[in-house]
Amino acid sequence: MNTVMDSVVFKFIYCHLVSSNECVDSFRILGSGFISEKYSIIGFLITSLILILILINGALVGVLALIWGERRLIGRFQARLGPNRWGPWGIFTPVADAIKVMFKEDISPRLSDKFVFVLAPVLMVIPVLMIFAVIPFGKATFLTDLNVGVLFILAITSTNTLSVLMAGWGSGNRYGIIGGLRAVAMLLSYEIPMALAAVGVILMAGSLSIIKVIESQTIPFAIFQPLGFLTFLIAATAELNRSPFDITEAESELIAGYMTEYSSMKFGLFFLGEFMATIAASAVIVCLFLGGWRGPEIIPSHFWFLIKWILMICVFIWFRATFPRLRVDQIMELAWKALFELTLINILAVAILMLIWPDPTILELWIMTGINWIIFFVSLWIFGKLLGPKPEQKDGVSRKIVLQK
Amino acid sequence: MFGFGLIKGLWVTFKNLIGPTFTVQYPDKRVGLFKAAKYYKQNPFSFLKSHPIDGLKSIVGQAVIKEYPDQFPRFRGQEFNWYEDRCTGCASCAKYCPLGIIEIETHPGENNIQEGTSYDIDVFDIDIGRCMFCGICVEACPFDALHMGSGFEKATEKREELVIAVDELRSADKRPSTWFRPQIEQSSYQPRDKEMDDFHDIGRHEKPTKEELTERWVNER
Repeated sequence: MNTVMDSVVFKFIYCHLVSSNECVDSFRILGSGFISEKYSIIGFLITSLILILILINGALVGVLALIWGERRLIGRFQARLGPNRWGPWGIFTPVADAIKVMFKEDISPRLSDKFVFVLAPVLMVIPVLMIFAVIPFGKATFLTDLNVGVLFILAITSTNTLSVLMAGWGSGNRYGIIGGLRAVAMLLSYEIPMALAAVGVILMAGSLSIIKVIESQTIPFAIFQPLGFLTFLIAATAELNRSPFDITEAESELIAGYMTEYSSMKFGLFFLGEFMATIAASAVIVCLFLGGWRGPEIIPSHFWFLIKWILMICVFIWFRATFPRLRVDQIMELAWKALFELTLINILAVAILMLIWPDPTILELWIMTGINWIIFFVSLWIFGKLLGPKPEQKDGVSRKIVLQK
Repeated sequence: MFGFGLIKGLWVTFKNLIGPTFTVQYPDKRVGLFKAAKYYKQNPFSFLKSHPIDGLKSIVGQAVIKEYPDQFPRFRGQEFNWYEDRCTGCASCAKYCPLGIIEIETHPGENNIQEGTSYDIDVFDIDIGRCMFCGICVEACPFDALHMGSGFEKATEKREELVIAVDELRSADKRPSTWFRPQIEQSSYQPRDKEMDDFHDIGRHEKPTKEELTERWVNER
């Protein structure tokens, strides 16, 4: 409970409900609390419920905004307009989509495993909502300060794999099973580079708590360790099942993959889960690599967080608008042959630099950054030579495809 | 360097993000203040005065103006253009129609003498719902009386409403397509820009006067 009481938002609501010694007058605007301290647990519960309500509704509104923003932005990336008919700039399009999804007929196939089939979409949404519990949205604006925050995020996100597999298995459809199995193969592979990229961050911060990680970012870790940032970004895109890693629901191959048999609000929940995961992953990347709420104090810290958050989401949309889908074997090759080694190099580099300068000043931090960038380019060049396109074989025969005349 | 192609691809899409779109927002388009004022041919201030509601909408880029796609003058569209003064009621169009959807009833006319005997039109139904816009009726017309139309907005709820009656043909906007009518196309005519009401301009040759007809058909024989 002590970690919870550090949060400004929590304390603000709590102090209006409970007359407690912990509350300073600066937290009270509307007068003192009306619940005596003997029953403070009731105030605690009510505060929690209010916060949960705010968080879930905020996430839902965020998803609606993201659906609209993604469709508009992808349209502009492809030199067209995107939805612009229903409401000014088409902002009511996702509302219409939501209403349509809710009123669709809910079909469950005869061959489906009913229990698993129904449980899967629920399991998709819940872990994503749980991520928001440890994310600080601004200076002292968080729900909990878990001392194992990064680990919690990595653990919670990996349960998504289970729900995808359950959906594919439960729907009793071949496309679904193939999609689910592909998802398991891909998501499990990309868990490893993701976790290892986070290790570099943890090494620098010296703590697993997200608050500590943000406080230790004098230089944002995206600049400090570009290799870690790049691998984490790619692994996160893969974890989100977003293009170019959307083999689990590849439309041209698997119809909709594990979502093939889902309709109505069950499909809506999958959609919700995926979009919410994009939002959550962007928040996590902002916290771990872009300095969270840190920034020049011209504007409040919350706005810094919001700006970085939205920019990060836009980057994901940009990726989706640009890159074509990879093949299954290419994706596995990328994970095991490139990203895994790159993260190991990153950890090694950061660890050695930490040994040389255990308590770095600003100047030493910039020197470390320079060395990290050199390592970044050199390792990318080497891996490009090893894994990149090979135009000629050893015997001098060209492998380029020549069109026959 | 490895991965440089990815950055090139990202740059291509980013240029699209900044650059213009090529979507034609038919039938209406939402624009800002300056474009709306230009559409109404006013300066922005007088536009705000004369159209207060549209003006307020246009400030947030939501004023609605009409927009049409570019249209090729030879586009074969709906609503046939028919010039009654040129028509002799020969029913060539009906004979040549591969689907037989043109129905003509005539009676012998008194006044409208052109080359040979002329007939007045009672019924001229074109069932446009079955029409395939091949244009053979237009090719067959010996006096350039029938032209393809240039419209494309004839969606209705019933099939019966797609039958164009003679009154509708008479009263319709005369915006003929230049398909199979080189004499109109040579004058770089655009159907969207102006109507062609005068039946003298539309044909390959002037309609003969009554004296000429009398000379040709009475005095020479």
